[in-house]
Amino acid sequence: MDRKQLQHQVASVRKSLFDQGYLDDQFNRLEDLQDETNPSFVEEVVTLFYSDSARFIQNIEQAMIKKPNIDFGKLDDYMHQLKGSSSSFGAKKVKNECSQFRECCSARNIEGCIKAFQQLKQEHATLRRKLETYFQLVKQAGIAGRT
Amino acid sequence: MMENNGFSSPRNDSFPAGLRVLVVDDDPTWLKILEKMLKKCSYEVTTCGLARDALNLLRERKGGYDIVISDVYMPDMDGFKLLELVGLEMDLPVIMMSVDGETSRVMKGVQHGACDYLLKPIRMKELRNIWQHVFRKKIHEVRDIEILEGNESFQMTRNGSDQYEDGHVLCGEDLTSINKRKHFESKHDEKDTGDSISTKKARVVWSVDLHQKFVKAVNQIGFDTTSLPSFDGAMTGSVCLAEVGPKKILDMMNVPWLTRENVASHLQKYRLYLSRLQKENDFKNPAGGIKQSDSPLRDSAGSFGSQNSINLQHNDVSNGSYIFSGSSLVVHNGDPRSHDSDRKRLVSTPVEEPKRTLTVNVPNPRIPRSSQMEFGQPLAPPQSEVDFGALDSTFPTKYPWCGIQLKKEHNPLHLNDEFSHLPLPGQKQLTQADYPQPAPAISSAPSSTPSHNEYRSNVNHARSTAIAVDSSPIQTKTDVANHQAVEPNSKSTPSLENQGFNMNSITEFESSRKNINLGMLPFTTLEEDLQVCWVPGDCYMNLGLQNIEVLEYFDPGLITDVPVNLNDGLRFDYEFYDPTEYSLIDQSLFIA
Repeated sequence: MDRKQLQHQVASVRKSLFDQGYLDDQFNRLEDLQDETNPSFVEEVVTLFYSDSARFIQNIEQAMIKKPNIDFGKLDDYMHQLKGSSSSFGAKKVKNECSQFRECCSARNIEGCIKAFQQLKQEHATLRRKLETYFQLVKQAGIAGRT
Repeated sequence: MMENNGFSSPRNDSFPAGLRVLVVDDDPTWLKILEKMLKKCSYEVTTCGLARDALNLLRERKGGYDIVISDVYMPDMDGFKLLELVGLEMDLPVIMMSVDGETSRVMKGVQHGACDYLLKPIRMKELRNIWQHVFRKKIHEVRDIEILEGNESFQMTRNGSDQYEDGHVLCGEDLTSINKRKHFESKHDEKDTGDSISTKKARVVWSVDLHQKFVKAVNQIGFDTTSLPSFDGAMTGSVCLAEVGPKKILDMMNVPWLTRENVASHLQKYRLYLSRLQKENDFKNPAGGIKQSDSPLRDSAGSFGSQNSINLQHNDVSNGSYIFSGSSLVVHNGDPRSHDSDRKRLVSTPVEEPKRTLTVNVPNPRIPRSSQMEFGQPLAPPQSEVDFGALDSTFPTKYPWCGIQLKKEHNPLHLNDEFSHLPLPGQKQLTQADYPQPAPAISSAPSSTPSHNEYRSNVNHARSTAIAVDSSPIQTKTDVANHQAVEPNSKSTPSLENQGFNMNSITEFESSRKNINLGMLPFTTLEEDLQVCWVPGDCYMNLGLQNIEVLEYFDPGLITDVPVNLNDGLRFDYEFYDPTEYSLIDQSLFIA
């Protein structure tokens, strides 16, 4: 693909991410922060998020296994952190799943929690893939996501 | 950090560019983003993933940061706790942030002293504005200092009639400050950002009583926790006020209508006050050591101490208004209370009042050593020591101790019991007649009565030295100096270490104890009045000084009488407070 086409593709992938609710405005703001001194800033942030959040996901998983003696307080804490983290780069769906989970937590709804957690993991993984593709395209196109 | 008055910080002139921000957040993603954002604002950023690390950094580089931004949730320490500590120890503006925007959380943040609460995700524009908190604090600091400094003069004039204006006993609020405060408030005084809420509400008047309770609680806590490890493990040594939490203090004070935030803000001021005193003391105290507490007082800019002037108004003395401005007062040697080390002392350093030390000038040898009161710059009484709280109102009445060292009957300072730990040279020293400067040694021993009056004269208005020398015969120690500080010493020699005292003993003294050394106030203008400006509201020293004749010469006769009570009490545990907060207590002590 030639450069122009790549750029188009980048733009369209980007747009769909927003349209489908995977990302919100925070992502744009991050891209605004990006500059020549740090051209892959956004990508770095996302990478950092995924490595950090893996830890949380694992912790949550461990805590969930202990059912029925689930420590809801702890779960809530983990989710709170995850929510904060995902909001840092605009991971909208992931963030929403976290909120959902927390609601089930406060209601002590174990089943609800399990379900919410499944969905969370799914969204988490999906977004990761999509962003990886996106960043790759961006590199190929030689431009930053935003024009 | 903020330097006093204005922005003399290392920042460059293009403020707010170069603002030194410390960001604390356990989330690495946010840390990275915030760093980038702050850099875009041209701020100097330092990031920390752990609260503990942040505290260490702040402590190591005192004055190295202008503002702290911290997340509420952190694994190793509650963000609110960090907030409190930073406010107490470093008195820096702190901004809290969280993804949780619940009103209750935000409220909690503000209650704990946050100057702002940001919701994540944070926008650039919000960060661009954080410099206002730094600026605001500076302004307030300057104001406080001015007030402190102004107290003295105001005090003198105002003393008396207006004292009880507003129906407030001037407890804790010196006239000046009241007036000023009114003025400020009318101008929409926003006081501390952290306390803005409380400020906006009805302002709490920290009466002497209240303040005494406060100090007592603080000392108590410090006492109890002296041996406790600081909660973050990092605080060691002196009990810092930081270890003493407002909540604990509040609980101990048991004042139903008082809120935690009232206490927190008062505590901050107190700290600030003490640290200023300490600085001054350090600076100034040649002879006596004022014991400084090892607590890491931040050095507040501003010469707090300078103000200290002990102005005893002569006439007013009777009403006991004395203002201790600034640092002076303190003296608490050997804090009786504090048995142990000065724990927390915040103020430990005797104010170095360069100018005048309290002094009762006792140049004449007649003055019995014991009677000499040295009043050095008021040392910031260590918390424990200072018993401002102890100063009971009753205290004032009696003794004009200007300098405080009341020694019990002859004992030069005896700091015996209490002061045993203090090497108070005072004992010997106090009395020192050899004290070159006219230190009003109020020795208990010496003629208590008439001398008291004269004492007053001694009380020069060295500024800060708090001296309450009341002309009235010093009554038993119990009352006088008892104000807190005093009492512990039964020995009563108020160990005023004053700088002026050249007692060498002082040196010992100082070293040994954190007590407060009251510098001897030189009586310069005794005749007019000993003005003891005592800032902290608690001290009521009735300075009975009525004309201080003592001025230049310290008339031992005068002193002698006094001391008796002084001794014991003379521990000035004055707390030096921000004059704005504490008005002088006008006591009838003064001997006019």
